[in-house]
Amino acid sequence: MKILVPVKRVVDYNVKVRVKSDNTGVDIANVKMSMNPFDEIAVEEAVRLKEKGLVTEVIAVSCGVAQCQETLRTAMAIGADRAILVETDAELQPLAVAKLLKALVDKEQPGLIILGKQAIDDDANQTGQMLAALADLPQATNASKVEVADGKAQVTREIDGGLETLALSLPAVITTDLRLNEPRYVTLPNIMKAKKKQLDTVKPEDLGVDVAPRLKTLKVSEPAKRGAGVKVADIAALVDKLKNEAKVI
Amino acid sequence: MAVLVIAEHDNASLKGATLNTVTAAAACGGDVHVLVAGHHAGAAAQAAAQIAGVAKVIHADGDSLAHGLAENLAAQVLAIAGNYSHILFPATASGKNTAPRVAAKLDVAQISDITKVIAADTFERPIYAGNAIATVQSADAVKVITVRTTGFDAAVTGGSAAVETTAAAADAGKSSYLGSEIAKSDRPELTAAKIIVSGGRALGSKEKFDEVMTPLADKLGAALGASRAAVDAGYAPNDWQVGQTGKIVAPQLYVAAGISGAIQHLAGMKDSKVIVAINKDEEAPIFSVADYGLVADLFTAVPELVKAL
Amino acid sequence: MALDAESFDLLLSTVQRFVRERLVPAENYLEEHDEVPVELVEDMKDMGLFGLTVPEEFGGIGLSVGQEVLVNFELGRAAPAFRSVFGTNIGIGSQGILMDGTPEQKAEYLPQVASGALVMSFALTEPDAGTDAASLKTRAEADGDHYVLNGNKRYITNAPRAGAFTLMARTGGPGAGGVSAFILPAGLPGITLGRPDKKMGQRGTKTCDVILENVRVPASYIIGGVPGQGFKTAMKVLDRGRLNISAVACGMAQRILEEASRYARERKQFGKAIGEFQLVQAMLADSQAELLAGWALVREVAQRFDQKPPHVSDPDVSMRVSCAKLFATEMLGRVADRGVQVHGGAGYINEYPVERFYRDARLLRLYEGTTQVQQLIIGRELLRQD
Repeated sequence: MKILVPVKRVVDYNVKVRVKSDNTGVDIANVKMSMNPFDEIAVEEAVRLKEKGLVTEVIAVSCGVAQCQETLRTAMAIGADRAILVETDAELQPLAVAKLLKALVDKEQPGLIILGKQAIDDDANQTGQMLAALADLPQATNASKVEVADGKAQVTREIDGGLETLALSLPAVITTDLRLNEPRYVTLPNIMKAKKKQLDTVKPEDLGVDVAPRLKTLKVSEPAKRGAGVKVADIAALVDKLKNEAKVI
Repeated sequence: MAVLVIAEHDNASLKGATLNTVTAAAACGGDVHVLVAGHHAGAAAQAAAQIAGVAKVIHADGDSLAHGLAENLAAQVLAIAGNYSHILFPATASGKNTAPRVAAKLDVAQISDITKVIAADTFERPIYAGNAIATVQSADAVKVITVRTTGFDAAVTGGSAAVETTAAAADAGKSSYLGSEIAKSDRPELTAAKIIVSGGRALGSKEKFDEVMTPLADKLGAALGASRAAVDAGYAPNDWQVGQTGKIVAPQLYVAAGISGAIQHLAGMKDSKVIVAINKDEEAPIFSVADYGLVADLFTAVPELVKAL
Repeated sequence: MALDAESFDLLLSTVQRFVRERLVPAENYLEEHDEVPVELVEDMKDMGLFGLTVPEEFGGIGLSVGQEVLVNFELGRAAPAFRSVFGTNIGIGSQGILMDGTPEQKAEYLPQVASGALVMSFALTEPDAGTDAASLKTRAEADGDHYVLNGNKRYITNAPRAGAFTLMARTGGPGAGGVSAFILPAGLPGITLGRPDKKMGQRGTKTCDVILENVRVPASYIIGGVPGQGFKTAMKVLDRGRLNISAVACGMAQRILEEASRYARERKQFGKAIGEFQLVQAMLADSQAELLAGWALVREVAQRFDQKPPHVSDPDVSMRVSCAKLFATEMLGRVADRGVQVHGGAGYINEYPVERFYRDARLLRLYEGTTQVQQLIIGRELLRQD
């Protein structure tokens, strides 16, 4: 079976982003971009399934600007067999991406779609689930373990307070959590091999999808700054602050 | 139009997250209805009916809803979605699992993890791991939302809404629940933990370190850390050391008990979101980085804290 | 020879990540055990780091010098011992064979060097021949179509790990023209290693004497097959190596500066961060400015290096390489010294990276041609030019 792995090009997780002074967004000009870390885990999982002999082809997909090609090359360097770029300069939100992916799912008919659970830029955590709904497929989000056998995927998911195991009939959508695997380092020989792998480009119009965004960002602001510390009088006051002011417990 | 809250519950009772979500729902305007979808969930439905500000509870009960499978829960929500201008889920694992399915089927955007309701169509939410706050506006006819519970106060009890039963959605048949494992006090790993409690040399011995700090870690579901001094003195193992030559951590909450706050330690935890220091020396350097400082003897203060949580 | 831009970007990101996530965290282990963890060595092989400078046709990556210096800058940010594991393979170990080897020698050795299956060591220096390398005494006496080698090499990097040596021995008369370069498999009878040197710094690197007693090798082991070319080969190889050492020096200076800046931000005295005191700022500023100057110089010279015909010496480029090595390594010494100073007493304590880098840095002004040798090269070339 084929696995489709959507990957997103995001600000590198090491970069400390800054809000633009005009509050229109986050300053990402000249900032280092990389593959979303959860998506790396997704590619790694797909490649491992292929190495186990359960998968014939791993196809990486990315939607966005032309530079997403670099992200796709990374996916191929990790082990994806080929890649598809859905090229557009439009602002893409999860619903639009899910629709684009659905069109590709219809075309490629993969047995499994593995995505990162969320992108570290918008932190939306929606695309996988939306894709599953649009394609009428079962889903297992926040996967920490995946086993594929006999036309089914058995997935252990991280839920609040523990783990849950589901059996999904294939085709299905799985989104990855941090503990699923540790992605391999891209080796230089594999970077060389990736150069020769196939990368196709399509446009949203080719897939018949309207990608116009639905949510409008009115402004982006800085979070409340860390103020000077305060001394509290007693435990009761401390607990009150932690619960009601800091909201960490 | 009314606003629908999808309750988070375990059939027997409601989870706290539901209460915070009701508060968020009320801020959106319109009557607040709560959907309790489960299996033998009568008690949860009754509890929902008692939340102040809830006008109606819709109780869907069936096998298909026993384990919160997203496909079935989404179908349940969609069966009644037409009546609502807003559909809110708590931003729990379950809420985040299901809300996007509902949104996609309704062909509307979903708004994740809102921390504030500015207007019926405008919300605040964190992006870039909370390093920026976005204010977004939706023009969609239905707003499907997940609510970050720490952004809203819990609604109080005092309501007496009617409970209306409705047929459970059919099982989609493509997924099945095999089992769960509720975490026993599995201590999270230090570098990944959301909460860390660390002890310093003031604890005096390994026995005291374990005796005083472990209950606090258990209560908070936290990882245990230690200062270099405590580790060198043998009160805690090497890999618990937080600091320059130990581990660098940045949890949501870091509680330092009996730690003076030498620069080597600070280097390891200064990026924590919220820092609490408990130390009987009010000049201790740790207080200069702590958000909340309590000048007290940790041997009294920490057990008191465990009791108060 | 160069890697395409897109692949190189990916390569550089991977190296940066490897340094940050694997090498820097392993520095404490390295310092404590004087050993690079075996898993890391395996990972370096898997990653292809041993083959950075071997052309693709022989199983390597084939970076240009401009690309190689960028990679070496990143590697410079972690303890030098890590790079040292494959440093000889990417530098002098492979380049001699690449530049002047016979087709058979290239085919036999380069793939193994590129994969890391064979660790190559370079043996030129002797107890009585350091800066005056051309006076080396190790003899290779002709015996039919064989040579018999006798002599003593000193401070040979990676000798304990080496599978083979690129070794300089005298086949002819005195001076540079009498020296030939041999490829010597390490296991040959008559080759013994001295005790590992105990050094000021660079923990985890392995250097020792290599003693040759009647080591008998076929004449075909001479690189290129023609005796008397060895010194020329060595000098060509050293040029590229020098430029890369300059890049490493800049990377080390960058790391030291980052550590010192962080310390200045966090350390509080007299009620404020010491970074707010002008005298501390001045030290950081001086380091920053000369680091940028050195790094700009290295990159500019690397460009010129790539523009000249490959495997051919250009005295003007060589002079510039010497300028880069001279400046970058001396700059590193000053940056390391200021790095310790900013840390105050803590800078004298082993658990602080600046303490280790201070000792590690000292070697860079001494090896691959001392600062004084670089001055001579530059001076002579200036006077030779119009």
